Amino acid sequence: MIGAALVAANSARIFGARRDVVLPALIFLALALLPLFAALTAERYLLDSATRIMVFAVAAVALDLLVGYCGLISFGHAAFIGLGAYAVGILSAEGIGDALIALPAAIVVSMLFAWITGIVCLRTKGVYFIMITLAFVQMVYFVATSLAQYGGDNGLTIAARNTIGGFAVLKSDRAFYYFTLICLLGTYLLCRALIASRFGRVLRGGRENPTRMALIGFTVRRFQLIAYVIAGGLGGVSGFLLANSTEFVSPAYMSWQQSGELIVMVILGGVGTLDGAIIGSAVYLFAEEWLARAFEDWQVIFGPLLVLVVLFARGGLIGLSTQLWRRVDHA
Amino acid sequence: MSGTLFLVQILNGLQLGVLLFLIAAGLTLVFGVMDFINLAHGVQYMLGAYLAVAFYSIVGNFLAALVLALLAALAFGLLLEFLVFRHLYERDHLDQVIATFGIILFLNHAVRVIWGAAPLTLPVPEFFTGSIVIGDGLNYPVWRLVIIGSGLAVAAGLYLLVSFTRLGMLVRAGATNARMVSALGVDIKRLFMIVFGFGTMLAGFAGIMIAPIISVEPGMGTNILILAFVVIVIGGIGSIRGAFLAALLIGLVDTLGRSFSVDILRLVMAPSPARTVGPAIASMLIYVLMAVVLYVRPTGLFPARGR
Repeated sequence: MIGAALVAANSARIFGARRDVVLPALIFLALALLPLFAALTAERYLLDSATRIMVFAVAAVALDLLVGYCGLISFGHAAFIGLGAYAVGILSAEGIGDALIALPAAIVVSMLFAWITGIVCLRTKGVYFIMITLAFVQMVYFVATSLAQYGGDNGLTIAARNTIGGFAVLKSDRAFYYFTLICLLGTYLLCRALIASRFGRVLRGGRENPTRMALIGFTVRRFQLIAYVIAGGLGGVSGFLLANSTEFVSPAYMSWQQSGELIVMVILGGVGTLDGAIIGSAVYLFAEEWLARAFEDWQVIFGPLLVLVVLFARGGLIGLSTQLWRRVDHA
Repeated sequence: MSGTLFLVQILNGLQLGVLLFLIAAGLTLVFGVMDFINLAHGVQYMLGAYLAVAFYSIVGNFLAALVLALLAALAFGLLLEFLVFRHLYERDHLDQVIATFGIILFLNHAVRVIWGAAPLTLPVPEFFTGSIVIGDGLNYPVWRLVIIGSGLAVAAGLYLLVSFTRLGMLVRAGATNARMVSALGVDIKRLFMIVFGFGTMLAGFAGIMIAPIISVEPGMGTNILILAFVVIVIGGIGSIRGAFLAALLIGLVDTLGRSFSVDILRLVMAPSPARTVGPAIASMLIYVLMAVVLYVRPTGLFPARGR
């Protein structure tokens, strides 16, 4: 399905259509039609895995905003997923199970955390930035494990999915699927609008040449902090969705491995494309599911595949498809 | 908090610090000289331990197993360098992170496929079994002292090597400005390979030495890798001296924090919350330390890169 979308997006260029419109349109169209397909084939798991993919895609798209457009490799993005999830879990444990409270709470908590840690993190650059974001995700992780009244190490089961304004709208899996799709679409459009704006140009300028940007008179760090806070808030949305889809919250959501997986998703699809983040999450999570079903230690296959992607497919799957297409085109 | 208990924990902290140094030394050099983030450094440590167990079961002698495992670890490290890492030096950090992450996934599960998921053990060499008495009838295992001793010896050897030999000079120069060293006519590829092989061997050595007192299992290299990264970042990337001091600091802070955090918290809060909050604070301590160090000195305590 994804492969077909990529090929279609590439061939669409021949007819003069713009690829950056065609590819996302195809992705979201496919996602919107997927429940119909799932209903026809009666493959319930398809709906579940697609929901999971979109939940992580929200976080991955936000992370791509940082990695791809600001040059900030954050190894701590899972912290926001965890904070959002815990906001849902703790509120639910205290008897507040409405999304109208839980979703804003998840976003505000994540943004606040991003703002405070962002001030510290953005003092550093490069590898030091990677490490300090890692430090913060580890701190939140250990705080979560110590919350004995909210499950501690074992995590916390949520009694029921959040209601919206008192109505149990999200109870059906299909309704929740579309709710998640709307969140992903919103995230995607927000990030694209940001990147296309003047604000986004400053971010890209800061990635390419911070000295020159400073010389023109921009305090790049301030722009980066805003981007970091926005990406954090979107991570919180992803955490809200994750907690609701699994009806469970665990410290494992913010393990550093989870952060690593998010980066893998972004790179696998293609850094700095946003579409790539969605494709990357889909490929990564599907590969995980398929390979894991066939083979218990699926990582033995997936690990070398990752290495091959890095060595031979510069620009991730999107880059690879473009290269392949060019070759076909010229042949 | 008796004095003897304190002494025991200090020794444990030193032992952890020394272990971290063995891993961090290679990591910081590879990073400093080649500007290469090698997340797979932790699995080299795991591999060292597994190889030691494997060779021990064949030859039945610790020393022989140590030598064989070291050589095998070195050979494997050089093979990885040849197959994968060599092609990544020119890439950006992101590519390096992902490729080496892939290698972690592969090796962590490959050892599970080969040796099974159950933890393995390696007996302490007979000559060093038993323990010595340190005050108040408290015993301390000799092997832990051997680890501390050998780690300090390696540190001293490394110091001499880096400070007083031609190779060491090239390594220091490489950490400051690798391009310039290359421009001056040094075969930088060979230097990279030597540094890489050496770092791999040190990590393998750490794994072999620790194998008798922990259970050898898949994933044992992952958490220690994070600690080693904390060490090199606090110490300043590329600096052996920084890595040594930071490793001891982290080892002591982590061990003492874990042992005494509950007792200290009990002075200011009720026993039962202290018991739940204490371990969390202890686990966080080193990350707080790292955040503070980076806030005050964004390139670590002893930055080597002179730009």
